[in-house]
Amino acid sequence: MTKQWDATCEHLLRELAPQVLGSVARRFRDFSSAEDSVQEALLAAFRQWPQEGVPENPRGWLIQVACRRMTDQARSEIARRERETAVAAETENVASLLEIEADMDPDDTLILLFMCCHPALSPSSAIALTLRAVGGLTTAEIGTAFLVPEATMAQRISRAKQTIKASGTPFRLPSPQDRAGRLPTVLHVLYLIFSEGYTSSVGSHLQRFDLAREAIRLTRNTKTLIPDNAEVAGLLALMLLTDARRAARTRPGEELISLDKQDRGLWDRVEISEGIELLTAALAKGAVGLYQLQAAIAAVHDEAKRAEDTDWPQILALYELLKRVSPGPMVTLNHAIAAAMVHGPAEGLLLLRALDTDPRLATHYRLASVRAHLLEQTGDYEAAIKHYRIAAARTTSIPERNYLITQAARLSGE
Amino acid sequence: MKYILMMNTMKAGHGVPEWPQKDLRAHIGFMMAVNKELHERGELVSAEGLSFPDQAKLVRAGKDGRPVTDGIFPESKEFLAGFWIIDVDSPERAYEVAAMVSAAPGSGGAPLNMAIEVRPIMTGPPPDML
Repeated sequence: MTKQWDATCEHLLRELAPQVLGSVARRFRDFSSAEDSVQEALLAAFRQWPQEGVPENPRGWLIQVACRRMTDQARSEIARRERETAVAAETENVASLLEIEADMDPDDTLILLFMCCHPALSPSSAIALTLRAVGGLTTAEIGTAFLVPEATMAQRISRAKQTIKASGTPFRLPSPQDRAGRLPTVLHVLYLIFSEGYTSSVGSHLQRFDLAREAIRLTRNTKTLIPDNAEVAGLLALMLLTDARRAARTRPGEELISLDKQDRGLWDRVEISEGIELLTAALAKGAVGLYQLQAAIAAVHDEAKRAEDTDWPQILALYELLKRVSPGPMVTLNHAIAAAMVHGPAEGLLLLRALDTDPRLATHYRLASVRAHLLEQTGDYEAAIKHYRIAAARTTSIPERNYLITQAARLSGE
Repeated sequence: MKYILMMNTMKAGHGVPEWPQKDLRAHIGFMMAVNKELHERGELVSAEGLSFPDQAKLVRAGKDGRPVTDGIFPESKEFLAGFWIIDVDSPERAYEVAAMVSAAPGSGGAPLNMAIEVRPIMTGPPPDML
């Protein structure tokens, strides 16, 4: 008996993808080839299931197709090397595969996640590989999401797998000590996927695959696999508390709306309460980290009914903590904004001075843009206009540039 | 991060390089190898070569909104010969690719060291705004 193909089936395929891959990779001890074979199996399912219906055991079907690809590949490889004797052994591998399907290891997906967020990979490679191997997206979908041709994306993924292969990392969970050391890289990759979903390029916004939602789904799955880690929960909370404001962030035509001017009625209450619940449980665990603190700041914003109700002293205290836990120029910048909200714009401008000599931020548009806002608050419109325009010249975001030149125009009464 | 790399060449001789056959082959082969390398690294978004200035027209809308062509290209010394759009992890990598392209072999096989204009391609809204 088969089930009709509907919208949930695509979701099912994505959920099954890492399980199937884990099973095949473990069986053949070859992550790279297994990943290719599973991708082919997924494409076959996308082609066949809508017409022929979903098989009764979809996971078994995918494993079977992927394994057939693996053996076909092994056979041609072996034929090339003229070592026919080994064919029998490889075929046996496949024959017994469906038996092990029942006792699949839930750690497989976690192994894959650590594999894809390998420290030897560049961020863009890790992101692409994670979306395909763990997220179950097709190369074409990932290419579309990043506005890169499919062939280029395929190369990026294939190179990433070569790098992993060359590193000699075995297909198993890193030791507990290693895992603790590598978790920040995993979380950073998930965070980058999420923020990538927020910087989608203007012209193609509508066709863009929803990377932010995909990042939330992957982080949610990660939390199921690592339930006790407060930072994993913190990251999921941060994503939900930020994503909640999505509908209020832009006007039609991609015009940006700053947080204080957003229609808070458009904020997603369900996401906010889930985020706060997650965060509260995470903070109770004790070890406060970078993501929990950022989530806490997002939560304070989300809890304010009106912009003027925002508890800035609490945000300032959280930024002071964040400066200690994870110092950096962006944190210093945001800390200055919070200080300005509590102690007045002059205090904020004073704190910004420290960044003028920081090579990472001195010529960054954000410094000029924050300075412009604060100068405007002190009533120094001339200087504010100048800095809005400096910021506009430096940003690489079109909505941000439009926003900044409009601010300058508003002040000059044009 | 996406960048456009614009290759400007001198307009003298309509942009047609008058080099020995061997040098022309080396130059063309080099450009093809660059594209292949960028593709294999998963960085190439697109690469296009543009026609020589002979084929270029300047077009403006006339009073009735219809196109009015100005005939030949204006009197600038340089013209855009081609461009690459690449997707890379850092500005440093974009500059590295630009330097590689800049050193394409010219007459006698010597590197041309052409000026390559590198500019970031604009994105959508940044992650957060306070």
